[in-house]
Amino acid sequence: MVSLAATFGRGAMTNHWRDIKNADLILINGANPAEAHPVGFQWFMRAKLDRGAKIIHADPRFTRTSAVADTYLRIRTGTDVAYFGGLINHVLQGNLYQADYVLNYTNASFIVKQEFGFTDGLFSGYSAPKRTYDISSWSYETGSNGFANRDMTLQHPRSVFQLMKAHYSRYTPEMVSSITGIPVDEFNKVAELVGQMGKPDKVMTIVYAVGLTHHTTGGQLIRSGAVLQLLLGNMGLPGGGMNAERGHANIQGNTDHAISWELLPGYMKIPAPGQKTVDDYVAASALKKSDPNSWNFFGTNYRKFMVSLLKGWYGSAATKANEFAFDYVPKPGQNSSWMSIFDQALKGAMQGVILSGMTAASIGPDSNQVQQALANLKWLVVMDALPTTSSEFWHAPGVDPSQVKTEVFMLPTTHWIEKDGSFTNSGRWAQWKDQVLPPQGQARHDHWILADIFSRVKTLYTQQGGKFPDPIMHMTLDYKDPLKPELDEIAKEINGKDLATGKQMTSFALLKDDGTTTAGDWIYTGSYPDTGNLMKRRDGIQNPSTNDPTGMGFYPGWAWSWPLNRRVLYNRASADLNGQPWDPKRPGITWTGTKWTGDVPDYPPTMDPHDPKAYLPFIMNGEGVGRLFSNGMVDGPFPEHYEPIESPVANPLHSTNSASPVAFLYDQVAGRPNRFGTVTDFPYIATSYRLTEHEHYVTQHVPHLVQLQPEPFVEIPSELAQTKGIKTGDKVRVSSKRGKVEVKAVVTKRLGALTVAGQKVFQIGIPIHWGYVGIPADADPDHGRYWLANALTPFVGDANSRTPEFKAFLVNLEKM
Amino acid sequence: MAATIKPGESYGFFTDTSICIGCKACEVACKEWNQLEGNEPKFLADSYDNTGQLDDQNWRHVKFIDDVPAQSADAGNGKAFLMMSDVCKHCKHASCMDVCPTGAIIRTEFDTVFIQQDACNGCRNCIAACPYSVISLNPKTGTAHKCTLCYDRLQGGLQPACAKACPTQSIQFGLLGDLHTAADNRLASLHSQGITQAQLYGRDDTVYGGLNAFFLLMDKPETYGLPNADNAKLPTRNDVGGYLAALVTAVIGVIAGIVAFRRRGTS
Repeated sequence: MVSLAATFGRGAMTNHWRDIKNADLILINGANPAEAHPVGFQWFMRAKLDRGAKIIHADPRFTRTSAVADTYLRIRTGTDVAYFGGLINHVLQGNLYQADYVLNYTNASFIVKQEFGFTDGLFSGYSAPKRTYDISSWSYETGSNGFANRDMTLQHPRSVFQLMKAHYSRYTPEMVSSITGIPVDEFNKVAELVGQMGKPDKVMTIVYAVGLTHHTTGGQLIRSGAVLQLLLGNMGLPGGGMNAERGHANIQGNTDHAISWELLPGYMKIPAPGQKTVDDYVAASALKKSDPNSWNFFGTNYRKFMVSLLKGWYGSAATKANEFAFDYVPKPGQNSSWMSIFDQALKGAMQGVILSGMTAASIGPDSNQVQQALANLKWLVVMDALPTTSSEFWHAPGVDPSQVKTEVFMLPTTHWIEKDGSFTNSGRWAQWKDQVLPPQGQARHDHWILADIFSRVKTLYTQQGGKFPDPIMHMTLDYKDPLKPELDEIAKEINGKDLATGKQMTSFALLKDDGTTTAGDWIYTGSYPDTGNLMKRRDGIQNPSTNDPTGMGFYPGWAWSWPLNRRVLYNRASADLNGQPWDPKRPGITWTGTKWTGDVPDYPPTMDPHDPKAYLPFIMNGEGVGRLFSNGMVDGPFPEHYEPIESPVANPLHSTNSASPVAFLYDQVAGRPNRFGTVTDFPYIATSYRLTEHEHYVTQHVPHLVQLQPEPFVEIPSELAQTKGIKTGDKVRVSSKRGKVEVKAVVTKRLGALTVAGQKVFQIGIPIHWGYVGIPADADPDHGRYWLANALTPFVGDANSRTPEFKAFLVNLEKM
Repeated sequence: MAATIKPGESYGFFTDTSICIGCKACEVACKEWNQLEGNEPKFLADSYDNTGQLDDQNWRHVKFIDDVPAQSADAGNGKAFLMMSDVCKHCKHASCMDVCPTGAIIRTEFDTVFIQQDACNGCRNCIAACPYSVISLNPKTGTAHKCTLCYDRLQGGLQPACAKACPTQSIQFGLLGDLHTAADNRLASLHSQGITQAQLYGRDDTVYGGLNAFFLLMDKPETYGLPNADNAKLPTRNDVGGYLAALVTAVIGVIAGIVAFRRRGTS
């Protein structure tokens, strides 16, 4: 999500599921949608059946997605930057990019500072002791007006275009093959197909999931695809885009509502220490305009969104005089991402943890270390509908409960089927659902539990006082019953209202920074006007001619899509400089002479594109255009291939800087030994993943699904299995520097050998679903003692998001 | 699918394996609707298949043919890792119906083959007769069970649960004539893309007189463990050639036996 925001301005799937039917070519990387998103996958099949679209699946494993793709490429896990880099090089060298789009809708023409450089795998500004970059040189040369200098001939040697061309010239087909393991002729065949997608009437989509995200280079893996899509002019068009498939029904909703520690709702930054006023905060957080024709919508309105959020949270306690209670908002001085929490617990710096809707003991990485962290707490609260590995870790097989000091509380919560509320899917559609069953037993809604705890904390403050009570005492809980808020009430609150009139807001464009409006999450403003909850709308395929007037599959009366019910982000870029669609058969929005029609425009609805002051198409970026070169990432303005932290080979591009130079090494920084294995002891590459038959860990309680996949297993390439005498059904031990799993083998030719940097390497597949809780564990004599896949994975993450490297690590394999 | 489901018309399934993604939603939806508990969980060491067969608890079964070439190649598009959602074929020449002594097995008003539980005496004749091993005895009820083509749903105007749940429309339900047209079009499209091994199975009368649940396969029927057209015929009373061949075989057998015994006696 970080990388999409750094490229286009917003961190979300740019198009939506149904839109995939509009594509001519579908690249799938780091994803297995047939298994992980079978329902959404119908649109891939429709593209194939109805318009003869081709599907190219590059993956370490031949999966159920590969089976229905047109081309499968066996790629080494974690090397997609090299794959996309090679495609970028092919497009640039062959002049196959969409020239008008690149010139006008990207920052290709922007001139980069003289100080910027890239040598031997390091960008300018690197500090080896700190393992961080000073990114000040990764910016534009500015003129006397303060805006970036541009060269519309793209010939300036320091233009983004020329720098990029030089950067990717190293990604020859031979180099791509050496890094990824894809044979040169197969890569060339795909490059040939992809190269045709730069024509204005050809559109390609890139679909990805956590197979790109779960790497120390995760952000850059995604950004490399995004750069390719900008060059081909495929952003903003129906059938195009950079499409992130999210893992849970509502994970997009989680991200939107600031599940990540570094964000406030609506992708605003968390305030930092030292910021005293809202203006300080906005100055440090909002993007600056770097072109006279940039609207810089987000940056320009940042203050309005922040003040409206503060008014929503703190109501009448937030006044102009007290900076709208800005000092109430936490200003974390250190990283507080997922791994950081358990790193702190290991150090003994955490008293307690509340887990809701996820099981830390399974989701890892390095489950054994995470369980040590859990055992290092005073208390642990698990809020879940069913027992989890976290609620049961204290008496897991091999654990002596008397040695675990942590007091564990299990609070039974309702399952999603027992409550109403919204799911926001990958395509940003917020869809309201009804309660299907009444809550069972003593289960309570998660939000009621939190409201109850909050109320008790408030009571303690009232009775006993305490430091800085204001943020607690002044929190707005404007519900009929503050102990039992309805999700409908919360949805209304998130939308926000006009405090003067009491009316619900209809658009975030109307939010103000004077304290007269509220918005719990500005990107959802407009979802719940006075006319009712738009997320409940269901004008769908019962009447396509009325409900999908453009025929492009937007269905504007189905649920509600952020922002402002817009179905395809950056859709101004679907039309040329005159406002006419690049491809008349695939219109996103069209200028009629007086207004924009089609999808909800990602642009002022009546702005004439011929006006010399007309805004540029990417309204969320300071540049107004898509960023081929971006200072929004901490590990490089151009995506570069780095090896996974555990890799069998040195980086063929620059062996001295083989892995990411800025990946955060928790164990090393904390003074614990770095537990990374080498190829000598752990000769095989492993990658972890999900199967279609299970949903993470929770379906271990569902008999019909346990029947479909009853036991943990690992997938082993048949060639490797043969040399070790392993047959399907044999028990094997897979071990890493951190732990082991002991499960059955499935021997298959769907996994196979690769030649990487001149060496033959094997990849092993490790499904994640099992542990010491559930029907299979109950039936196992050892109670699933060595079944946690994440016992193997390394405690290290991406430099930008700190997302763990679940998808590439080294293991050994033995027959038991 | 048909707008309304009417008695007196022929209904069936067209299962297009070229777009099957092996998700097994059909298996689960079937069990949920028909309240089938399923069998004890068992790891079968056969790719992703742990269901194993069609039986009284499994009325849909996704087969996996795990045969990817060793080299990374453009092996997709139904050329490798084949998947097929198997089901009762609802044969025109339904041997189960022919051998049922109680008349429990009937052809319904929707032209589907249905076992009436209250008339089944558990004799197992149908189990032996079914060439696709679709039927088995439920030990709790003592009666034979198999796919009903969601007879109860059809009576209520609803399409079968598996077709409803299938995310890619690999399983299509409808009027047999409409399904034939859809299948012919899909086959022509695949052939025009050079995928010449694609073929229809049970769409015409060469397989047990035609199957109401017919398939588009991406390889020959034997690959999926299905009898091909040469073998998919029922023995009939009028099959003189068959009887003569059997007679000849029997005579040869008797003679061979006599010869063998004699040799044994002399040695």
